[in-house]
Amino acid sequence: MKKSAFSGIIAIMASSVIFLVPFAFILLTASKDQRQAARLDFSWPTEFHFVDNLIAVLKADDYLLIIAYINSIILTVGSVSIMVVLAAMVAFVLQRRAGRWNGLINFLVLSGLIIPPAVVPTIWVLDGLGLFRTMAGLIAVEVAFGLSFCVLLFRAFVATVPRELDEAAILDGAGPARLFFRVILPLLRPVVITAVVVQSVTVFNDFVNPLYFLPGSDNATVQLTVYNFAGQFGTQYHLLFMDILLVTIPPLIMFLFFNGRIVAGMTAGAIKG
Amino acid sequence: MVRRSVYPYWFLLPAAVVYGVLFLAPTFASFWFSLTRWTLFESHFVGLDNFVTFFREPALVKGFVNTLIYGVVTSGAKVVLGLLLAVVLTSRIVARGYLRSVVFFPVLVSTIGVGLTFTVLMNPERGLINQVLGAAGVDGPGWLTDPSWALLSVAAVDVWKGVGLATLIYIAGIVSIPQEYFEAARVDGAGAWANFRHLILPLARPATVTVIILSLIGGLRSFDLIWAMTRGGPGFTSDVIASVIYKQYQAGFYGLSTAGNVVLFVVVTAIVLPLSRFLNRKEVEA
Repeated sequence: MKKSAFSGIIAIMASSVIFLVPFAFILLTASKDQRQAARLDFSWPTEFHFVDNLIAVLKADDYLLIIAYINSIILTVGSVSIMVVLAAMVAFVLQRRAGRWNGLINFLVLSGLIIPPAVVPTIWVLDGLGLFRTMAGLIAVEVAFGLSFCVLLFRAFVATVPRELDEAAILDGAGPARLFFRVILPLLRPVVITAVVVQSVTVFNDFVNPLYFLPGSDNATVQLTVYNFAGQFGTQYHLLFMDILLVTIPPLIMFLFFNGRIVAGMTAGAIKG
Repeated sequence: MVRRSVYPYWFLLPAAVVYGVLFLAPTFASFWFSLTRWTLFESHFVGLDNFVTFFREPALVKGFVNTLIYGVVTSGAKVVLGLLLAVVLTSRIVARGYLRSVVFFPVLVSTIGVGLTFTVLMNPERGLINQVLGAAGVDGPGWLTDPSWALLSVAAVDVWKGVGLATLIYIAGIVSIPQEYFEAARVDGAGAWANFRHLILPLARPATVTVIILSLIGGLRSFDLIWAMTRGGPGFTSDVIASVIYKQYQAGFYGLSTAGNVVLFVVVTAIVLPLSRFLNRKEVEA
């Protein structure tokens, strides 16, 4: 017992150093003034400029970061809510109905997890639809790329909803749409929350798709601001790290509130993949 | 008759349209456009020219090789470290919940943010890593500026960020091993090592398969971390296929960029599909 307490303390210290020091570094650098931050060392700030830096980074480029936050929120909320509903509909029919299409559909779903998206052809399609460089286009792309994960997550869960409920609802005169949206979807609540949390973090953190499909600084999402700040404010590390800190906070909040859900979703989705 | 109307196929339609138009159609189109010189408005058929360029140009070949190295190194390291961490974090240890959280949290953080943070920490003269090494009397290399280190340094950060997920999958696997096995092993006088070697390792096999496949898919496709940290540099020594695709796209070589996409597609499927079939089959036999 004593030995395990000792090794426990070692484990706590080692993991804290390896996994927490980078975050401490972000926090410390975001609190420094420009000159001290430019030294790039891991040290305590001589003076705390946390609030000044926060205001400065928010004001930079005509409040670009605030606009980017709004863009990221629109992107995340829009794409995640659409993808969750569409995927739940697919999973419901796929699980309930053993048709000859199921093999093909399963194959397509798995393909979505494995195949790397073809970038320029996607731009070509978006351009043809008039959706290139638009938020609507980017939302649609995120939906397309996120569907597979959600379908797999939902399908396993739909199996646990008894078919008797479907029959009871039909006897009460409900049509398919009503059955799904009034009866089934509410019962999927736990797994819907999981999907929403996991995909929100994924979409919010996504860098590649906004980079390709929504270029231009007016439309920047927060991930792009971090990337652009790194080039533009080459020497203003205090602002760069304040931006990194701000981008880290939404996932942190999700983590604090939904840790269990995230873990469940990540491992469930993973084991299917 | 009733069943047909209760679970209608039109439920699949909205998802099928989005998925078909924005994922399947571009994937199929990529096979054609990879054979062309392409401006988005016009395409000229040039046969396999793009692929020839891809495998002749040293910079692009380097990207191809690096992709394989990166995929194998990150995936292997995640298996080993993930399993070790999971064994520690399922044993009776103080602050287990705290440790699991700490290991897992980086998975959720912005890749760009992590990449830029480590770029600073890996700064050859002033970065924390070399400062610490220097204090211990070791002369640390220029992690991201030395061509022989750059790719591996990025891979190490990838492992730092992703090992939490591997750990989580292993924890789920280890926890699902029935306790009776461990009790029986204890009766037989098995030590910690025997437990690990003859119980955990074979019985956590499904978790291993998952971790390998998942991190290979992620590693082979990886772009954002590399782009944030080195942009494929110095020179093109840490380029991977995904960063080549972006560079050729930026340079306006859409056909070549798309050929890169097709190569990546082939690499990922040619590695992941047979491997997952192989690993899953052995599992059934065992």
